[in-house]
Amino acid sequence: MTDTPVEEMSFETALKALEDIVTRLESADVPLEESITLYERGAKLKAHCEARLNAAQEKVEAIRLAQSGEPAGTEPFNAG
Amino acid sequence: MDLIDDPQPVSNTPEFTVAEISGAVKRVIEGEFGRVRVRGEVGRVVVARTGHMYFDLKDERAVLAAVSWKGQVARMRVRPEEGMEVIATGRMTTFGPQSKYQLQVESVEPAGAGALMAMLEKRRAALAGEGLFDAGRKRPLPYLPRVIGVVTSPSGAVIRDILHRLRDRFPVQVIVWPVAVQGERCAPEVARAITGFNALAPGGKVPRPDVLIVARGGGSIEDLWGFNEEIVVRAAAASEIPLISAVGHETDTTLIDHAADRRAPTPSAAAEVAVPVRADLLAHVSGQQARLLRASGQMIARRDQRLRDLSRALPRPDSLLAGAWQGFDRWAERLPGSLRTLVSTKARALAETAGGLRASALLRQASKDQERLRSRMLRLAAAAQRQLERARATLPESTRLDRALSATTAHKTAVLGMSTGRLRPEIATARITDARARLDERTRQLNAALDRRLERARHAITQAERLRQSLGYTATLARGYAVVRDASGQPLTTRQAASDATGLEIEFRDGRLKLGGARTSPPRPPKPAPDQGSLF
Repeated sequence: MTDTPVEEMSFETALKALEDIVTRLESADVPLEESITLYERGAKLKAHCEARLNAAQEKVEAIRLAQSGEPAGTEPFNAG
Repeated sequence: MDLIDDPQPVSNTPEFTVAEISGAVKRVIEGEFGRVRVRGEVGRVVVARTGHMYFDLKDERAVLAAVSWKGQVARMRVRPEEGMEVIATGRMTTFGPQSKYQLQVESVEPAGAGALMAMLEKRRAALAGEGLFDAGRKRPLPYLPRVIGVVTSPSGAVIRDILHRLRDRFPVQVIVWPVAVQGERCAPEVARAITGFNALAPGGKVPRPDVLIVARGGGSIEDLWGFNEEIVVRAAAASEIPLISAVGHETDTTLIDHAADRRAPTPSAAAEVAVPVRADLLAHVSGQQARLLRASGQMIARRDQRLRDLSRALPRPDSLLAGAWQGFDRWAERLPGSLRTLVSTKARALAETAGGLRASALLRQASKDQERLRSRMLRLAAAAQRQLERARATLPESTRLDRALSATTAHKTAVLGMSTGRLRPEIATARITDARARLDERTRQLNAALDRRLERARHAITQAERLRQSLGYTATLARGYAVVRDASGQPLTTRQAASDATGLEIEFRDGRLKLGGARTSPPRPPKPAPDQGSLF
């Protein structure tokens, strides 16, 4: 079990960690104390994953180029 | 030889200067071939430092010099390469100073699809030779990108398809870098967009995409040609941001597809490759949560069950003590009897020993000895008398004998006197006193031994009592538990029984507390003193 703080995990890593915890709790004979720790971490991972999924929001922009040709910013984009 | 040989044939053919004829040829050639298309194989290609390109067009029998000026070269969609079968479009010009004519080429196109494909294959092989298409260069796509950069035409179905598909699956931030997707501007703009996205600093004004999609709808091989250009292929290969190419239809393959980290058959497919389906992920996460809950619940239930099983298997405290109690009772009962047996055994032994030590027996023995002595002395005196008479009868000189006999008799008498003197009753009395003292000593030892045995037995009983107390429920009371009884003093073990009872009595460590109900019986003493019984 890694000790990476859940908040710093990417969605993919967090999901993988959650799956690992579930598998361990389901199959292995985990000591009771450890199982509580695992469960709490699992709940945290689940919340993290869900937050990452719920944060999904559509936003479409187009690159605005400056005179020099460098990207100067973005502007709302409307697909014609 | 003729006399009037005309040294110079006179002709009315006008004379040209070199410049005149050169100019005339120029006029004819340029007038006649103002705009031509010439098909041929490209020969040697030289690009001068000025940017002008000189090359040959040739076939089996002839060679035609060709030149393209710098500006024309830049606008060419296809640059002539040696060995390429092309159709060059331009006009014929002459170059007076060297008496040369040449084709001034404005544009070059591959001669037919076969030639184009051959060129594409050659270019592909060259770039592959550089390792730009190696599988080892491909980077994995992020599982869940936060920002997606799209390089495509801002108008048209392609960007709409991509945005639609993203919205359906997983809405994310999309940044479009508008480019021309065909024509001369296509390749440089696409390459510029790819490098431009990569140049964005993380956390800058414009968010840096986690993945790029380079997309274009279907079209002819010529329409898609910009995506075969080396500049585009190199930009795609150099992109640090993972890149998905989706150019043309599924059957179209452009060189950017080889350089991309992932190739999608269509723009919509590129959107599918780029993001997972959010609803699926949400369902998966909640599924994991459900499993997490179930697994932990089951685990606790499993341990609970195990605890119950073990509790059932645990022997009851009273049965644990039963054997010990039984053994204790058995030995405690035998203890007084064994002492009694011991004492009587010893008493009997003492009586036997002391019986032989009676004074009368000693006196009887002494008189028996005296009687024996007296009879011996009588027999001795008679024997001496007989001997004396025999001597008197046989020997005349009996005086000596007489004297000797008297001496012997006197000696014997003296010895007898000494023996008789030693036979005193005081000796017997002293031995009896001695025996009595020994008897007293033994009796004292016996009593002491008996006391020690009693002390040991008492100690064992105390130990057993302490054990009984510590294993009894009163010790549990001392740890803070309480026993609930009904009014009649029967212990209650269920809530139902307690609610049915008329009155409750709670036993604590330091006494009992009555709650409600009539006081029907006096409280029992908390701990009846164990009956240790009598030893004797």
